[in-house]
Formats: sequence, C-alpha cells, structure tokens
Amino acid sequence: MEGGATGEPLREREVTPMEWRRKHVLGLADFSAEEIEFVIDTARSMEDVLTRDIKKVPALRGKTVVNLFFEASTRTRTSFEIAGKRLSADVVNFSSSVSSVAKGETLLDTAKNINAMMPSIIVMRHPASGAAQFLSRHVSCSVINAGDGSNEHPSQGLLDLYAIIKLKDKVKGLKISIIGDILHSRVARSNLYSLGRMGADLWLCGPGTLVPKEMGRSGATVTNDIREAVRDADVVMMLRIQLERQKTAYFPSLREYTRNYGLNSEVFSLAKKDAIIMHPGPINRGVELSDELADSSHSIILNQVESGVAIRMALLYLLAGGHHAAH
Amino acid sequence: MLLIKGGRVIDPGSGRDEVGSVVIADGKVADFLPGGEAPGTFNGTVVDAAGKWVVPGLIDMHVHLRDPGFEWKEDIRSGTAAAAAGGFTSVVCMANTSPVNDHPEVTRYIREKAASAGRANVFPVAALTCGQNGKEMTDFSELFEAGAIAFSDDGNPVRSALVLRRALEYAKAFDFLILEHAEDHELSGGGAANEGWTAHRLGIPGIPSAAEEIAIARDILLARFTGGRIHIQHISTKMGVDLLRMAKRAGIRVTGETAPHYFTLTDAAIEGYNTYAKMNPPLREEEDRMAILEGIVDGTIDAIASDHAPHDEYTKRCEFVAASNGIIGLETALPLSMALLAGGKVTPARLVDLLSAIPARILGLKGKGTLRKGADGDVTIVDPEAEWEFRESDVRSKSRNSPFFGWKMRGRAVAVLCRGRVTHSLMKGVTPDA
Repeated sequence: MEGGATGEPLREREVTPMEWRRKHVLGLADFSAEEIEFVIDTARSMEDVLTRDIKKVPALRGKTVVNLFFEASTRTRTSFEIAGKRLSADVVNFSSSVSSVAKGETLLDTAKNINAMMPSIIVMRHPASGAAQFLSRHVSCSVINAGDGSNEHPSQGLLDLYAIIKLKDKVKGLKISIIGDILHSRVARSNLYSLGRMGADLWLCGPGTLVPKEMGRSGATVTNDIREAVRDADVVMMLRIQLERQKTAYFPSLREYTRNYGLNSEVFSLAKKDAIIMHPGPINRGVELSDELADSSHSIILNQVESGVAIRMALLYLLAGGHHAAH
Repeated sequence: MLLIKGGRVIDPGSGRDEVGSVVIADGKVADFLPGGEAPGTFNGTVVDAAGKWVVPGLIDMHVHLRDPGFEWKEDIRSGTAAAAAGGFTSVVCMANTSPVNDHPEVTRYIREKAASAGRANVFPVAALTCGQNGKEMTDFSELFEAGAIAFSDDGNPVRSALVLRRALEYAKAFDFLILEHAEDHELSGGGAANEGWTAHRLGIPGIPSAAEEIAIARDILLARFTGGRIHIQHISTKMGVDLLRMAKRAGIRVTGETAPHYFTLTDAAIEGYNTYAKMNPPLREEEDRMAILEGIVDGTIDAIASDHAPHDEYTKRCEFVAASNGIIGLETALPLSMALLAGGKVTPARLVDLLSAIPARILGLKGKGTLRKGADGDVTIVDPEAEWEFRESDVRSKSRNSPFFGWKMRGRAVAVLCRGRVTHSLMKGVTPDA
C-alpha cells in the first residue's frame, strides 16, 4: 500500500506562513508575486524530502490524485505521479490519447464520472485551451492544470522559475529570452506570468508566424532576431518546435528554421558568460537546440526536471490542505 | 377591426413620425387617424398606445429556425414565438437545416408549417448551392416559386469565386438576391475567436478580421463585375464597414447587415472561455465595434439582424474550441438596438428603418416594413421606457445560449400584431390570439 509507507513527516516550519486560499491551480495569470514565492518556498521544503534516503512523507495519505491525461505525456505525468507518491497519495493514471470528444464522451461526462469516484485532486492535461477552468467548474475536488491547449502549464512556469532561482538566486532584472513557437506554447504563457511577475526582463523570439505581434502587450519585448534575443541574456529558454501541432506550414523547412531560430554555440556566445539554457522538453536535437549545447554545462534541462517534482509536490500538498491529516 | 389608439406612429415608409391612431381591418392597415384622440365609437378592439411607439412589424432578416432537422434546438413554432416576444412579425430563416433547404419540398414544408403553427411570417432563404456544397447552383426559380425569397449558403459560404460569379450572373435576370456570409475559410480555418490579444492570451486559435474582409471585398467586386445584387451578412469588422461604404459610393448593388452583439460586445466577453460569447464571425475589438456604430449612424449598414442561432446546452457546455458557434437573439435584438438611441445619433425612425423598412425593401417583401394604408397588418407596439431584465426563465426559444442573461434592458415590444392577429402582448386588455 502506497499510503502505508513510512517516512518522517514534513518539517512544516520551513514554509513561510501565508494563508493558501486556492482550491485549484488552473494558470498563473492571476497569481500574485507573493503566492508564487509561497509555492517556491513550499517546494524548497519538499526538496528536503527528495534528498532523504526514504523519499516519502505521509502528508497526503488517504488522498487520491487522479492524473487525467488526454494528451500524450511522459515527463509531466511521471513527475506528478512521483510527486503524489512521495506525499503518500494514492495516484491513479487515466490516460487517453484520443480526445474525449472523439471517443463520444464529452469532457463534462468524463469529469463527472471521475468526480463521482471522489478523488481529492485531478491533474489534467487536455488539448483544448480553457479545459482546466471548465473542469474546475464541474467537479467538487481540486484541479491542477497540467497543460491545456495553448493556454497554460502552470507547474512548468513555476518549476522554470524555481530552477532559475536555484542557480541565480533571483530573476529580477535578468534578461530571459523565450525562443520558438510562442503562438502555440502554454509553457511560454505560464512563464510570461511566473517570470514576469518576479521582475524578469522578458524577451520573446521566433519567426513572425509563431510570435503574434500582439504578444508585445504581455510586457515582453518581441523580436524576430535570435541574436538580439540572445545578446547579453542570462537565460535562454528554447521551446520545442511542435511539428505535430502545425496543420499548415509556419516556416519553410526545419532546415530554414534551425538556420534562423536554432540555438547553436555561435549564437549562444552572444549571451552572458554564465548564461543558462533551458528547455521544457522533449528536445528536438539539432533543430531548436544543437546537440552540443544540449549537453553542455550551460544546459540546466535536467535541473528543470528535478525542480518539477518538488514544485508538483508543493502544489499537491497545498491543494490537499497543507496538513498531515487524512480524510 | 382593431384600433391602435394615440401612439407615436413611426413609419419611415410614409415619412410619418407623429401621434396618431392606426386602424387594422381584415389583416391590413386600413387607416391612419392623426392626433391623440380617436373616434368616440369604434366597433372593435381598442388598444391604448398612449406613450408607446407604433411601428411597422419588425423584420429579422437573419435567423436559424433549425426546422427541419434540429427541432430539439428550435422549431418553427418556438422560433416564431420567440420572434413575436421580441417584437418581430417576420423572420428570414437560413437554409442550413437537415435536409438543407435546397429543394422546393423543404421550402414548402417551412412555409406550410409556419402558416399553421407560426406566430410570425416566415420567409425561407434557399441554399445557393445543392447541399450547400459550394458547387452546383440550386434551382433558383423553382425555389422562388415555392416561397424562397433569397439564396444563401450562410454558415458554409461559397468558397469558389467562380461559383459565386455564376450565381450572381444567373440570379440577375430574375433580380434574385444573394446573401453572403463573408468568410475566407482557409484564413479562418481552425479559429475559434477573434485573432487578437484576448485570444492570444487565452491560447485560443484566432480568426483574423482579414478572413471576413477579403471575402467582403471579393463579394463586392463580383457584384460590381456581374451587376448582380448581393447582401453581406453580419458584418463584424471595421474594414468590412469601410469596404461596404466604398462600394456603395461606387454605385455597386450591395447592402449589408450587422447583429446587435457586434455593436454591443467585444472579444473581451470570451474571457474565462465563455462559450456563450462564441459566434462566427467572432466578437471583435473595440475599434471594430465603434466602426459598426459609425456604419449604423451614417447609413452604410442597412439593417440589424439577430443571427438567432439556437444551440442546445451541451454543445455550449464544453471546451471553448469545441463549442458551437452562435447565440439566440430574437428576444434581445430590439432592446439592444434601442440602446443605440442613448447617444442621440440614431433616431427612432432610423431604428425602424434598420429593423423593418430597409430589410423589407432589400428582400422585396411587399406590404411589409410600412404602415401605409393597404400594407399588411404587421405592427409592433414598443414601450420605449420599459425597464426589464432579460432572464433565462422568460426565454421563448427552445435554446438558452445567450450572453445577455441578467442584463438590464430599456425598451421592449409590448404588443405585436401579425396580419392583424395579436401574436404577443404584455398589455392589459390585449390578449394574444390563439
């Protein structure tokens, strides 16, 4: 029994006191800087668990977390699963690569069915923007958005922030450039909120077709020139070119894309000496990121993955009430 | 015999805007008597319209009645009941039924059902192409004889400029009207909301305004080239209005309508993934909304039509991109349009033009859109001061897909006569005919 495993309890005193009022984590659009910091602080104390021999605490014993994934995902689902298990929750995975509509069952019906099984938290990934908000209106449990269409991927936005903070201490004033398919990227949107709210100097870069001109209204600087984006940057975040998402061509060819928007050593040499490279994964090696840079000491891609577990533990912990009692 | 006594009679068709009484007999307008007083003895029903507007029955030139084929969303009985409650005496229904109204039998079915069960005149629009497939023209003249008053593939606009060219050329000989939902499908493909900051922020695939404008430009150029007559439906963008204005100045035979939601709301209404603000064309931005208002004021826009598009609950209670397009509009079109009066730039007479007189003229509806002696006894009595809240429980339509529930409205149709029959009444002593 997962919930029966032993482990030291969490050291709660390490968490800055603040009243957590959210029932759901649907996106970072309405997160205050204070709330973001609170999640990061909570993640820090979770990280403490991850360094122990027995990486498990009883915080969510007796609670059920359902991973409801309507899109293929390996790392996010695994990350949430591990996070849940380390908190001693019972984690159930419900994956379907076919969308609910295609299967003939509406999202509403699926949601009601899952809800009837009385989980504490549903973690959902869905191809439609707004799906998590929709779900939250129709279930009684908490909802964590693990990616909804092109809207948001809040745990990614938080883990990226956390990974940067761990290396750079703070993000305020750092030049952070997000490069690639901004138009379809939920990671970019969540990062605009998490990094933007903490005072980063944000840049968005990509081909004109994938960086809508209106994105300038986000407060970020928009450019189509990767050199301008990378010059003196502290953080360069490359996004995956999602070929599977593109029904019509947004650029002539992968070769042309790589030539103009791929990050290689030559372009990266324009960044600050201690600049870091991030990528939400999975990487298309040799497309948006050169092989050599992906494995270089500047790359913190695996740190991101590691931070992801701590952030997701923090979110599950906070939504489950942040105390050790079972139902 | 019925006497509508002492109201403000607003009838642009006869140039009249004065207090007077209207006599209805045998389903027709029999007489107009100037002044607040009426004959001491009148052998029939007297409706006291003091303080009210008495206007020609409103005509909604763009509705979807969903009958035949989608009767759970709406049917001719419920749709015309909603029309009457909203002040309309005539509705023009689009052809995207199932089966598509591309055959005289379907047209006759609609006409006959409307005659027996309807609470408003129903004028069917036949499909422009068979099955709305965008390829072969329907049998225009046979459909016309069966009762179709215009031709349109609304909802599934003609993609081929060649097919539209032929249709305009062919229709011209009969002076048939073509209605166009202007949209370049390739450009709008996959989109679910206006392409702009709101949609980008929410991660919703966008429908660029150019998708509408390119199609409007194409339609105008084909009307010019062929000399045919075309009417642009539900204009939603600034450039759309500009193009129409330019075309009219150039003497091209083109008219255009907009819908109340395009001058009332912007794409800010989709915030929170509100599927009740999802329609096609989508709600646009403030600049577009202002341009629509300007087009209404300067006469570029000829008509206001609701694009009443009933949809059942479950097709709206879902993910935004998956939700059906459209909202019901018959019961809110008049009060939302009356809100235009507040600025003082739109007069009551202009409003009657937009909602009755001009649609009748564009569509060639004889005896409609005016209260001249001998016209059909289609009359809407409006209380311009009535303040009321639009509530879901009051809806006559079978569907409830409206973003306007809870809105405080000013102005309302308090009684409606269709060919002399009372089809709707909130007035004391005036009871609707069965």
